[in-house]
Amino acid sequence: MQTETTKEIVLQVSKLKKRFGNNIVLDDFSFELHRNENIVVLGKSGSGKSVLIKCIIGLMKPEDGSIIILGKEVNEMNAEELDKTRAKIGFLFQSNALYDSMTVRENLEFPLRRHWIKHKKEEINQIINQALSDVKLTHTIDMMPSELSGGMRKRIALARTLILKPEIILYDEPTTGLDPITAKEIIQLIIEIKNKYNTASLIISHDMNCVKLASDLVVMLIDGKCYANDTYSNLKNSQDKNIKQFFE
Amino acid sequence: MDSYINAGNFLKEVGEIARFTLKFLITWFKPRYEIKEFFKQCYVIGYKSLPLIGLTGFIMGLVLTMQLRPSMVDYGVESELPAIVGIAIIREIGPVITALIFAGKIGSSIGAELGSMKVTEQIDAMEVSGTNPFKYLVVSRVLATTLMLPILAILSDAISLYGAYLGVNIKGETSLQLFWIQVIDSLSFNDVIPAFIKTYFFGFAVGIIGCYKGYNSNKGTEGVGKSANAAVVVASVLIFIIDLLAVQITDLLGYN
Repeated sequence: MQTETTKEIVLQVSKLKKRFGNNIVLDDFSFELHRNENIVVLGKSGSGKSVLIKCIIGLMKPEDGSIIILGKEVNEMNAEELDKTRAKIGFLFQSNALYDSMTVRENLEFPLRRHWIKHKKEEINQIINQALSDVKLTHTIDMMPSELSGGMRKRIALARTLILKPEIILYDEPTTGLDPITAKEIIQLIIEIKNKYNTASLIISHDMNCVKLASDLVVMLIDGKCYANDTYSNLKNSQDKNIKQFFE
Repeated sequence: MDSYINAGNFLKEVGEIARFTLKFLITWFKPRYEIKEFFKQCYVIGYKSLPLIGLTGFIMGLVLTMQLRPSMVDYGVESELPAIVGIAIIREIGPVITALIFAGKIGSSIGAELGSMKVTEQIDAMEVSGTNPFKYLVVSRVLATTLMLPILAILSDAISLYGAYLGVNIKGETSLQLFWIQVIDSLSFNDVIPAFIKTYFFGFAVGIIGCYKGYNSNKGTEGVGKSANAAVVVASVLIFIIDLLAVQITDLLGYN
C-alpha cells in the first residue's frame, strides 16, 4: 500500500509565468498534484485561477515555467502528443460547455469518437450509460442541453468529463451559479468520483464550502504566486491576514 | 486623429481576415476530414435555405418583369421582355440577390452560432476533446457555403424565370414554351459561365466572414449579436466588391 509520501505525482507545475500585457497573472507559481488527491486552488475572482488550468490543458501558453503531466512536459508536446495527453485529462468547464446542437448522448459520444479510440456501438452505449449513471441522470440521454436545469447541465458536463476515464480531472469553478443544495450534490459527486476512479483532481474555486468538503490540500493563489499550500483546517487556523480574509 | 485610428482599425481587420483566410486555405485539404459535419452543413446551409431562396427568387422575377414592362412598351420592344429579363436575372440580379439573401440567412446564423460557442467555451471544449475546432467548425462551413450557393443560385434563377413568365402573362399572353425559347436564345456561354463562377466566390465570402466574425467573437452575449450583425454587413459589402471585380475581369477577358 502506498503512503502519502510515495504517492505518484501526476501533475507538476513549476515556476509558471503568464501575463496579459503589463498584468502579471501567474508569477513563479508552483505546486504538485498526486494520484487520488484533490487540490483546490483558492483565490479571488480574476486572480488567474482559470488561466492556470487553461495553461495546464494547453489552451493557453505560459511565458515561462514548466507543466509536467503524467511525466511529460506540456510545452514540448506536438499537437498529436497533446491530444493523447488530453485524453487522460477531464476538464469541467465553468460554463459547462455542452454542445447546444447535440443531444446528451451526442455530447457524451463526442470525446469518445474524437480521440481516435475504436469502440463498438454496444461499448459506446455501455460507457455512456455508466457515465450517466455515475451522475444519476440516465433518463436525460435523449434530451437537449436547453431542456435541462443548471444543476443537470453541470452533472451532464461532469459525465462527459468522466467518459474517457481520465486520470486527472480539472474542475473550473464547479459550483459557481448553483444553489447551495445542488452545489453540495456536485461536491459530493466530485468526492465519489475521486474514490471510485482513483483520480487526481485540481479544483478551481472560491466557494468555501467546496474548499472545505472537497479538498485534501488547498493552494492559495494570491498576486500570481502560490501564497500557501496546506490543508483546509490548518489554513483556517492561520493568523496570516491574507489567508484569514478567505475564512471570515 | 479619429480617422487615422479608424483607418488603422480597418486595415488591421482586413489583415486579420486575410490571415484567417490563409489559415483556411492551408488547413482545408489536410486530414482529418470532417466529412460527416460537412454533409450536415450542406443540408443545413443548402437544403434548408431553399424555401427562402425560392420565394425571394420568384418574387424577384415577377416584380422585375412588371417594372420593366412599361418602359419596354414605350420603346415598342415588349416582345423582347423575356429575353431582357432572362439576361438580367442570369447575369446579375439572380446571383447577387441570392447571395445577399444567403448572407442574411446563413452569414448571420454562422456568426451567431460560432459566437455563442466561443462565449460558452464550447470551442475550447472541442479542442480539449481532441478536435481541431477550426477544421470541424470553420472548414466544414466555408466549404458548404462555397458549394451550396452556386446550386441555390441556379435554382433561384430558374424559379425567378418562372416568376418572370407569370409577370409577362399578367398583361400579355406568351406560352411557356415560347417564353423559354426566347430566354434561352438570348443567353450565351458568356452570360452563364462568369455569373456561375462568381457565385462560388460569393459563397466563400459569406462562409469565411461568418466564421471569422463568430470565431473571433468577444466575450459576452453582446459580442454574439455584434458578430451576427457584422457577418451580414461585411459579407454583403464583399459580395458587391467581388461582383465589381468579376465584371472587370470578364470584361478584360472579353466575355462581355
